[in-house]
Amino acid sequence: MNIPSLIQNDQGSIIEVRNLTKIFGPRPQKTLSHLQRGCSVKEIREKTGHIVALQNISFSVQKGEIFVLMGLSGCGKSTLLRCLNRLIEPTAGEILLDGEDLVTASADQMKSIRRKRMSMVFQSFALLPHRNILDNIAFGLEIQGIPYEERVQEAKKSLDLVGLSGYEYSYPDQLSGGMQQRVGLARALASSPDILLMDEAFSALDPIIRRDMQNELLDIQDRLEKTIIFVSHDLDEALKLGSRIALMKAGEIIQVGSPEEILTKPKNEFVERFVEDVDLSRVLTAKDVMKVPDPMIHVTSGPHVALRMMKEAGISTLFVVGKNRELKGIITADDALRAGKEGLPLQDIVIPDVVSIHHDTPVSEIIPVIAESRFPLAVINEEKKLKGVIVRGSVLAALGRSGGSV
Amino acid sequence: MTVSPFPRLPLGSAIEDLVTWISTNLGWLLDGITDVLTALTNTFQSILSSIPPPVLILFVAIISFALKFRGRSQKKSQYKRFLESIDLPILCVAGLFLIWDLDLWDHSMETLALVIVSTIVSLVIGIPIGIFASHSDRFNQIIRIFLDFMQTMPSFVYLIPAVIFFGLGNVPGVIATVVFAMPPTIRLTNLGIRQIPKELIEVSDAFGATMVQKLIKVELPVALPTIMAGVNQCIMLALSMTVIASMIGAGGLGYQVLYGIQRVDIGSGFEAGLAIVIIAIILDRLSQNLIPVRELKQS
Ligand SMILES: Nc1ncnc2c1ncn2[C@@H]1O[C@H](COP(=O)(O)OP(=O)(O)OP(=O)(O)O)[C@@H](O)[C@H]1O
Ligand SMILES: [Mg+2]
Repeated sequence: MNIPSLIQNDQGSIIEVRNLTKIFGPRPQKTLSHLQRGCSVKEIREKTGHIVALQNISFSVQKGEIFVLMGLSGCGKSTLLRCLNRLIEPTAGEILLDGEDLVTASADQMKSIRRKRMSMVFQSFALLPHRNILDNIAFGLEIQGIPYEERVQEAKKSLDLVGLSGYEYSYPDQLSGGMQQRVGLARALASSPDILLMDEAFSALDPIIRRDMQNELLDIQDRLEKTIIFVSHDLDEALKLGSRIALMKAGEIIQVGSPEEILTKPKNEFVERFVEDVDLSRVLTAKDVMKVPDPMIHVTSGPHVALRMMKEAGISTLFVVGKNRELKGIITADDALRAGKEGLPLQDIVIPDVVSIHHDTPVSEIIPVIAESRFPLAVINEEKKLKGVIVRGSVLAALGRSGGSV
Repeated sequence: MTVSPFPRLPLGSAIEDLVTWISTNLGWLLDGITDVLTALTNTFQSILSSIPPPVLILFVAIISFALKFRGRSQKKSQYKRFLESIDLPILCVAGLFLIWDLDLWDHSMETLALVIVSTIVSLVIGIPIGIFASHSDRFNQIIRIFLDFMQTMPSFVYLIPAVIFFGLGNVPGVIATVVFAMPPTIRLTNLGIRQIPKELIEVSDAFGATMVQKLIKVELPVALPTIMAGVNQCIMLALSMTVIASMIGAGGLGYQVLYGIQRVDIGSGFEAGLAIVIIAIILDRLSQNLIPVRELKQS
């Protein structure tokens, strides 16, 4: 399994949010000045009835990544997402899309950005009940004034992309939830925007369909390389989809980082508590639990050196590598002792069929392997280069350290 | 008799003053309205009464069948859909034949013309007001006061100003009917649009729709089932009011009922009343089947 976060796209940021604040209520600007003078959010709510939904939010989204906004209900995820295309007017701050501020953009500019550059997928699918599937998908293009033939053409392509060809003339109420959301996705893709805003897009689906949709989204993302901002309250979903995750609490971003960073280096107790009950074994990979392969021995070396290394490290086996740290196999202390007495080279006592695993293998797949194996596992990359070793203890330690359950 | 110790508010005389002012200063407007409504009513009436009864009966039968057949689920077999749809045309044909047989055809057509004109005017005024009310909370609050007023005021009361401004005949009848029949159109248009799920409205905004696009492509179509319920009520109320409006000279079946009352002629009064019921049922069923079931189910 490929964890998408490993494919880091460094194509530069497409959206940059700076000090975004949103206050709900009749007099947001006045409340903003209270806030800047240091009143707490709670005070403001109790005294003026205004709700500070977002407070000084800053982050940037890289081109081509899936950026997940995550947090508990009411923490402001939807509000933040809707500020990005200004379905909700921000109270203060900047939202730079390719360097241009959206907060100060005119209504016409905004309309054009919504039509061409950003589109949205909704939790409740939000398909128009009176239109058939094709006309639903073509909705955005219709709004742009694209002629009928052309938009139907585009809509069909989009429908194909989400695997629903054949349902062109059905109506939304004839489709299952999963299919409806595919239509929602197709509608968002039809106008070929750069950015997809997805608000809990899969939350209304049952677990199996939901997993399918997540895979499908990753698939589509691989092919089309959109930038996706995905709101979710589900950590497992965030870990699966996210290139990076922003964890929010009460209108603020607590931590932004890759799924691994969020899991293994929680910035504070809140993040830690949030990630507490994830099944870490599904998220962590060999790379996360392996130890540096130290010591290891070069194949041209001798058995006495090997014995000495093992004694110093207090271990009874040793990995043997060749040129470029290419894994050759493993030797045991017993064999090394025998080789030393009989004057054999290391080459003769190497056990070549040692169990080796790729560094992206999830821990859940490692556990059964390591339980079976006599030796520690070798972690290698595509070129068979030894990257690390995994012993039973290191898996449990990694899971234990992050508070995970197996 | 109880007499209040306070000076009496001159409410009645104030209203009278207002009425006088309107009829002297806005006479041109009243005349214009009269001309338009007269023309409309006459047109519809002459069209309807120029159609021979058998032709119209056949026409209504076909239309009613087609509407109901279209509304049946397409999953069912044609035969089943046919069976489910045939009751409405039979009802229509039987009812209209009875009216024809009772020699009430011409009166019925006059009533129908009044209902059609009143309904059209109510919708033309009411739907835009409803749309506007759905977009403005303030306007909605103001209009609600008027609507409550219009709906609870005894309908006879409308007859007085209608007579003062427009005299006797069909025109004041239509005016009083419009005032009486319009509120549900406004209310249900407003309600239908306000009831649209928030995310559907967001869809049109998120895809960059203009106000007009949003209204035409999302709000009105999605609210259509509710709006149609308003249209249905509007037609029903219009029919009942045209009967009352016979008291100020509107013609048709209502006049026949009134005639029966004045002469204590139970027979003819009952016959005219029955004709009204038949027309009411037909109009109700037809307007209920105006839009397909799919959209009704969605609302
Ligand atoms: N229109 C509004 N007026 C007033 N307060 C609002 C409005 N919309 C949202 N809020 C408040 O702002 C806060 C954030 O709401 P938001 O909908 O963004 O949360 P969320 O993280 O999306 O939660 P959920 O997971 O429930 O969707 C909440 O406290 C909510 O009550
Ligand atoms: Mg939300």
